[in-house]
Amino acid sequence: MNILVCISQVPDTTTRVAVGTDGSSINPAGVKFILNPYDEFAIEEGLRLREKSGGTVTTVTVGPDTSKEVLRTALAMGSDTAVFVKDESRSDSFVVASSIADLAKEITPDVILFGRQSIDFDSFALPSMVGELLGWPNISMVSSLTIEGTQVSAERDIEGGKESVSATLPCVISAQKGLNDPRYPKLPDIMKAKSKPIADRVATVVEPRVVTLSMTLPVSKRLNNIMTDSDADIDQLVRLLHEEAKVI
Amino acid sequence: MSILIYLEPSGEGLKRSSYEAITAARSISGGAPIAGIIFNATEAQIVTAGAYGLASCQNVNGPEWQSFQNSAVAAAVSEAAAALNATTVLISATSTGKDIAPRVAIRLQAGLLPDCVELHGTSTALEAVRPVYAGKASIRVKTHTTVTVATLRPNVFTAREDAAANTSVTSFSPATDSSLRSATVTGINKNEGTLDVSEADIIVSGGRGLKGPENFHLVESLARSLGAAVGASRAVVDAGWRPHNEQVGQTGKTVSPTMYIACGISGAVQHLAGMSTSKIIVAINKDKEAPIFKVADYGIIGDVIEVLPRLTQKISSVTGRS
Repeated sequence: MNILVCISQVPDTTTRVAVGTDGSSINPAGVKFILNPYDEFAIEEGLRLREKSGGTVTTVTVGPDTSKEVLRTALAMGSDTAVFVKDESRSDSFVVASSIADLAKEITPDVILFGRQSIDFDSFALPSMVGELLGWPNISMVSSLTIEGTQVSAERDIEGGKESVSATLPCVISAQKGLNDPRYPKLPDIMKAKSKPIADRVATVVEPRVVTLSMTLPVSKRLNNIMTDSDADIDQLVRLLHEEAKVI
Repeated sequence: MSILIYLEPSGEGLKRSSYEAITAARSISGGAPIAGIIFNATEAQIVTAGAYGLASCQNVNGPEWQSFQNSAVAAAVSEAAAALNATTVLISATSTGKDIAPRVAIRLQAGLLPDCVELHGTSTALEAVRPVYAGKASIRVKTHTTVTVATLRPNVFTAREDAAANTSVTSFSPATDSSLRSATVTGINKNEGTLDVSEADIIVSGGRGLKGPENFHLVESLARSLGAAVGASRAVVDAGWRPHNEQVGQTGKTVSPTMYIACGISGAVQHLAGMSTSKIIVAINKDKEAPIFKVADYGIIGDVIEVLPRLTQKISSVTGRS
């Protein structure tokens, strides 16, 4: 099975966010960048599919030079090859999806795996966009996956339960937490990954469709009425919820 | 020029997020007609949207639509949008909405604005605000394209039932494309008997401060007294105290209830990312420095195990539920 795993580099959630000088993006100074946590499930699932059915795992990321780092992690975990699509402009999801779809047309994978969302923009857009650009089905938020021949059976999380979904290969899958337990790369593998080649590739030239006008940090409009645990204060809380907030 | 909304049926009417999308559409319509498209609904369900201002709705029915097929649904929505000359397509960011919106955007050569919490301007010059970086920043965005597809975070926009439109319902048969390959839903397994956090008006969530799964009944009792859903922090889900479907946060579910009560949850940024757009936030925590208090409207500094029984009793006496 020919497997393509798409990963991204994101700021660590615990990092402090400051607005950059352009007024519309994050100031990268001092920000710790990490592999998008959901992408670990996608890489792991790709490796497990290869272990079961044979084939190769190719990992791709689209981003600035610094994001190459996440490909080293994927190689250390066991990815066979890595492709780096350089895009310094931090384009919109359409540009990224187009670049991935064009790569897929060349290397013709049977399955493309994503993390369910990247935790920087939380758009949930790429898996379905790539599916649509290729004319393939996609199954998102997958917590259980079985592929027999070309038949794909999956369970995905929905509001208040799970859906059973079927499709045929080739197919796009996005991984939910719980799909598997991602392996930790061992030190020798990390060392070996440093010298593995990464293929460079240019991004597909298409016009971005979305523009960010401005970025602002939220101003808290919360009441911040913090009380003690005395009976009188708990009474007061219930009264405020009833009369002021009118939520009970 | 018009606005098309992808609507989802539920119970006797539509999902609340669908009514919210209709109200949001009115705020940007500038007089342009507001149309809907829905799958497998009855006329009785659809006409409930008239009170919210839906002028017309195309109803897609047929045995082939009984199981949700994301690619085929996206194709049908796109076909309807093109026929109506829609400049804006609004879709609630539900599990199905998030799945089809990117496909609709590609089909219509439209820019996609996901997870919007504010809409500004008009349907031909739409701007939207959305949270990014786990809610630590917001961006204002617009598209360069003639058509814009936006998904709306559920429970953020108010559904206003103050219009008196008679929704005209027409049946719509999308063109069939035999080459279309779609994933098909073959079964749905609902967690029976429990209210899901993503659909609840009030959520009571518990965290590490409960000290063990055996104390979670305190959270459940408070939830019962409010008719609320039970949520959980990542820490207690990872520890196996609670199931993953209750997890609120960036790695769980994003919620915006009318009231969110955080019990013994410190308020890690990943948790805040999933609940900071809640309308009223109440925090109970014994650590007065806990970050959850910074986003709270009301807070009690105290041990949840000791505070919750007293709070539940007092709330029960107001709500009459226990």
